[in-house]
This record gives sequence, C-alpha cells and structure tokens, in this order.
Amino acid sequence: MTTERVLRIEGLCARVGDTHILGGIDLEVRAGEVHAIMGPNGSGKSTLSHVLMGRSGYEVTAGSVTLDGTDLLGLAPWERAQAGLFLALQHPTEVPGVSLESMLVEAAVAGGRDPVGIRESLVVEAERIGFDEKFLDRPVNVDLSGGEKKRNEALQMSVIRPRYAVLDEIDSGLDVDALSAVARRVEDSTNETGLGVLVITHFSRLLEVLQPDRVHVLSHGRIHASGGPELAERLEAEGYTGILGEAADAPEVAVELSLGPDPFADPLA
Amino acid sequence: MPNAFNPSVSAELPGPAWLADLRREVAEGIDDVAPPSSDEEVWRYSRIGDLELDRFQPLVVQAPLVDPLAGPGATDVNAATLVLRNGWLEDSWISAEAAGLGVTAGPIGDLEDGAAYFASVLNVPVDLFGHLNRAFGPEPLAVVIPDGVRLDAPIVVRIHTDADSSALFPRLFVRGGLDSDVTIVEHHTSADVVSMVAPVLEALVEADARLSHALIQDLGTGVWQFAHQVFRVAQNATVETFVAGLGGCYARTRTDCRLVGRGAEAHLTAAYYGEGDQTHDFRTFQEHAAPDTTSELLFKGALDDTSRSVYSGLIRVDPEAVRTRAYQTNRNIKLSPDAWAQSVPNLEIETDDVVCSHASTVSPVDEDQLFYLESRGVPTTIAERLLVEGFFNDVVKRAPTEAVGLALRAALVERLDRRLRNFRPEAAA
Repeated sequence: MTTERVLRIEGLCARVGDTHILGGIDLEVRAGEVHAIMGPNGSGKSTLSHVLMGRSGYEVTAGSVTLDGTDLLGLAPWERAQAGLFLALQHPTEVPGVSLESMLVEAAVAGGRDPVGIRESLVVEAERIGFDEKFLDRPVNVDLSGGEKKRNEALQMSVIRPRYAVLDEIDSGLDVDALSAVARRVEDSTNETGLGVLVITHFSRLLEVLQPDRVHVLSHGRIHASGGPELAERLEAEGYTGILGEAADAPEVAVELSLGPDPFADPLA
Repeated sequence: MPNAFNPSVSAELPGPAWLADLRREVAEGIDDVAPPSSDEEVWRYSRIGDLELDRFQPLVVQAPLVDPLAGPGATDVNAATLVLRNGWLEDSWISAEAAGLGVTAGPIGDLEDGAAYFASVLNVPVDLFGHLNRAFGPEPLAVVIPDGVRLDAPIVVRIHTDADSSALFPRLFVRGGLDSDVTIVEHHTSADVVSMVAPVLEALVEADARLSHALIQDLGTGVWQFAHQVFRVAQNATVETFVAGLGGCYARTRTDCRLVGRGAEAHLTAAYYGEGDQTHDFRTFQEHAAPDTTSELLFKGALDDTSRSVYSGLIRVDPEAVRTRAYQTNRNIKLSPDAWAQSVPNLEIETDDVVCSHASTVSPVDEDQLFYLESRGVPTTIAERLLVEGFFNDVVKRAPTEAVGLALRAALVERLDRRLRNFRPEAAA
C-alpha cells in the first residue's frame, strides 16, 4: 500500500502567549499542487508557517498536521525538515560564521543522505536561479540584499529537495526578474519532483508567475474563502473587504462565507 | 604566608647575584603583601577565596622528567624555541638566521643587561602572585630583538608544568627593539597535576616596532593559573595580543596594555571555552597615556556545563591622551543553563577628545539563527555546534600565526565534539 502524498492540516488552532491566532485551519496540499494563502496583515499567515515548522513560542492548541501520513506536530523542527517540509522565511535570518555548504552538509548527513554532491548542486542551482556564485562562500545570508536572501531561500529549497515547501512572502523585496526566476524554479520543482507548495503572499503579483491550483483567503486565523486562480484576480480587483465583506471585521459570522468550490474536494477527481 | 614561601627557599634558587638580591628583598617582604581578596574590584567574581595556597610549594630544584615533552612543533619552522619546565629552562634552540641577526633567547640572568631589563616594564608587582613570581621564579627568561630586526618565523616558548602540588613561577621578558617585528607564541601546558602556576610576561615594544604575542593556555583541569602580562608600547609601535583560554581549573589572565608613546596601537584578542566546572577569568587594562593612541579589544567565550567566566575590562584615558580611540567588545555564549558569565566593562576617561566604545553580551545561542538551521534539517545540537564554531570565526582569524589559529580551531572542535557525544552517546564512535 502506498501512502497518500498530501500535506494535511486539520482543525489547526494555535496561540502565541495568550493570543489565539489560528482558529481552526483545514487545508490539503497534494504533491505537485500549488496553494496560495492570501490575507490582510495580522490574519495569521506567518503564524501558520511558523506553526507548521514548529517554531518555539507558537503553541498548537488543537488540530493535526500530517505530511504523507507522518504526524508533524510531535516532531522537532529539524525532524519536520527531514520529513520533507521546507520553510522559506519571510525574513531569512543572517547566520554569521556558518557557511551555506556546511549547513546543507550537516542537514544531509543528519538525514542519511550523501553530502558529496552538495557543492556541485549549489553551483548548478545558483546558476539556474540567478544567485551569484560568489555569495555561496559567504556566511548564510550575511550581507545579502533582501532580494538575494529570497533567491538564497529558493536555492536551498532546490538543493534540499523537500516534498512540501511553505513559502512565506517569498515575493516581498524581490524585483520582477528575481520574482520570475524564483517562481519558475518553484514551478519546475512541482513538475520535476512533485513538490507541493503552500505560498503565502500579500499580493497577487507572485501568482501571475507562479500559477496556483487553489487560492485561500485567510482572515482572523481562519480560511474564509477558497477558490481557483480567479479568486486572486477578484482580490486584486475588489480588495479583501470586497471578498470578505463584513467578515474582515466579524470573523464569527464569516464561517459561513465560502466563495469558492468545496476546498476539500479532491481537485484531481 | 604558608611556610613554604620563605626567604630560605628563595635563597636556594640559581642565578646571578643581582637576581638573588632582588629575590631576597621580595621574599623578606612577602608577609607584608596582602593576599588578594574578592572585595577588591580586580578580584571581584574570582575564585580567589577557594585557593588553598598552602597546598602548593615552590620548587627549589627541578623535578625529574617523567614523561618526555611532546615538542611544540618542529623547531626548524621557528626562529627560536624555548622550553621552560616548572620554571626552569629545559631546552633552547635558536635558528642560525636569528642568532646571526643578534636575537637572543634564554635566561635573563645570562644577559649583560639582564638586571636592567628585569622588572623594567612592571616595576612593582600588582598582587601577591607577582611578588611570589619575583621571589620564587627559578629561571626567568628573556627574548631580545635588536633594533631593526624583523623575523618572519615565530619564537615559540613552551611553558610546561609537571610537578604535582607545586607553586610555579615562569617568567618571560621581551624587548622588541626600535622598528623590529616579531611574533612570540607562548604555549602553556601541564601534566595531569594539581598545581598552581603564576606566569609573568613583561614586554617592551620600542618605537615603530611590532610585537605579536599569543598565549595558548592548555593546562590540565587541576591547575590554578594566575597569569599576568604587561605590554608597554612606545611611539608608533603596535602590539597584538592573543589568548586562547582552554584549560585550567581556575585560569586567570590579567593583561595590562600601556600605550605610552604617541600613535601607539594595541589589538587585544581572546577566545575561551569553559567545560565542567572550569573558571576563566580575564582582566584587561587598556591604558592610554599618550595622544593619538588606539586600542581595540575583542574577547569571546563559550561556557558549557557549570563553567564560569569573568571578563572585566577598563579603558583608561589620561588627560594628555587626546584623540584616543578605544574599543572593547566582550561576547559570551552560554551553552548550558548552569553556566555563568559575568562581563564588566569600565571607562575612566579624563579628556574630551576621544572615541570610545564598549559592548558586552552574555546570552544563549541565538534562537532565530538556531531555528533557521533547524528549519533546513540540521539537528539542534549540531546547529548549536555550527553556531558556536561560527561565533569564534572572527577571533580565530586574528590568530598571529596560522599554526595558532589551527590549534585554537582544533581545540574548539575537540570540545564541541565532546559536547555532542554527551548529547548523543551513539555518536561516540
């Protein structure tokens, strides 16, 4: 029996300190799919990405997350990464004194993978993504511009070859060329390795180059609307208030509001 | 003062008459020297109260050599090599090139100018250990670089302790002549003994000269160390000091850097790593006594288990030292919740025309950096190890020779490996 290849989030609730931020997220990202999560500031987009990777300070109060059948919530962050989850951070951290290569080598060794080809893989992927090779020998993210840091996130994703990637505002700080290079690389991974993608973004601009299969609108810690790519276009035209209406201010009534087709329907069916 | 430290013991030590006279004078007055107390600022946070001085005796004769010393490296890559064991010169070698240039390296008692050099940088000892060093040091050494001589290869001084229950007083005097350039590496080691060692370094850096000095402290964990190093830096001269604090039970290094000539410059660096219940204790004095002087200090340490560290540093700027630039940075990483680090920067500035800065931090490994590495699949303990190695990178780069940098890096890796094995016993193989 083969395991179903899906990143499944069910009823996920989480808080930071006493503040409840996620109020029951349900989402399924299948291998090769691109799902976009859009939402206004403070809707819980970044919290969702940190909760998925298990960052300390974010406490899950209910729900489950499984990656190809593996329960993620019981795992440490590095074990989630080894299980096949990748998180591209909105603000990639500068890590002085640690080289990109040594970081990826240690990650490979910990996962029982051969680290020998990592340097070569970095060079090939850097070229493909337009990441200047001279940055490969810098400490991780140190002295890189915002755009270079985002390219670096996409570069690492390509080398690590995760099963699912959460891209948290990967488009912020990127110029158009960089944006399309990164989007193309992500798109290619969905075809080449069946990467499943959860892309979190403010703007529909990214979704013009990285075509989503599904778009979800997050507000007040819940998904209030789901649909196809046309939902992103509507958001662009009408804004969040247009889509969410009163929901933007009154989440308790917004539960009923679901604009798209059933978000849990199997899109391949 | 314990009985062992009496003038008759001091009187049995070898050396010329001037040295015997000097020893006798200090030894006879030793009971008038107040023992250090943690009530004094310079001993605050130290473990001086735990020292049982009467457990240790000064040696009147050299202890027999039990284990041959592993060499400090092939001598032919050095300009000179001195091996001091328990305070006595065990071995010395100088390259033909250095000797030909008039460089001397050996007992200060053998030098015509020995009496003039001895205690010329440090006229009065700053504490009891300095007095004891004068009274009970059996064979003080001197390295003298003539004016204008520039040596590419380092002079290596191995200072080894292998006499158990002993109180040992190695001493080195260095003169870097006018416009000279030399690198001196002191390598302090010990056998697995419980002893006390109180080394003194006096260094005179004459005008336009450059002295690069390293102290690699790799003593056994039963050894109490009270080191004092004093640098006097003349006009337009530069000193670079480097300390690797690795071993010792309680290891104290006090560094006095006196910039006495206009345009003098000092760069002070230290790296330390504490394990078990070790204590590293650093006291620094950046003294600006002349105009246009620059001092810059970077001390970094990591503390694991229940180890402790103290960094206390004073930048002092005299009224005449206008246009001083003085910088001081001390950063500590706590690798265990039970580790403890104290960082105390102090400024005493008596003129307005200065640029001074100091920064000190004591914190665990950076959480954001740790999460970043973890989110790429690097296990927590290995991520910490990468971060700690990376934390020391800039310090390692400041090592005066490649060999010193490699030795420090190897020592750090050894400790971090040990740390990892404690977390993951299965990785021991």
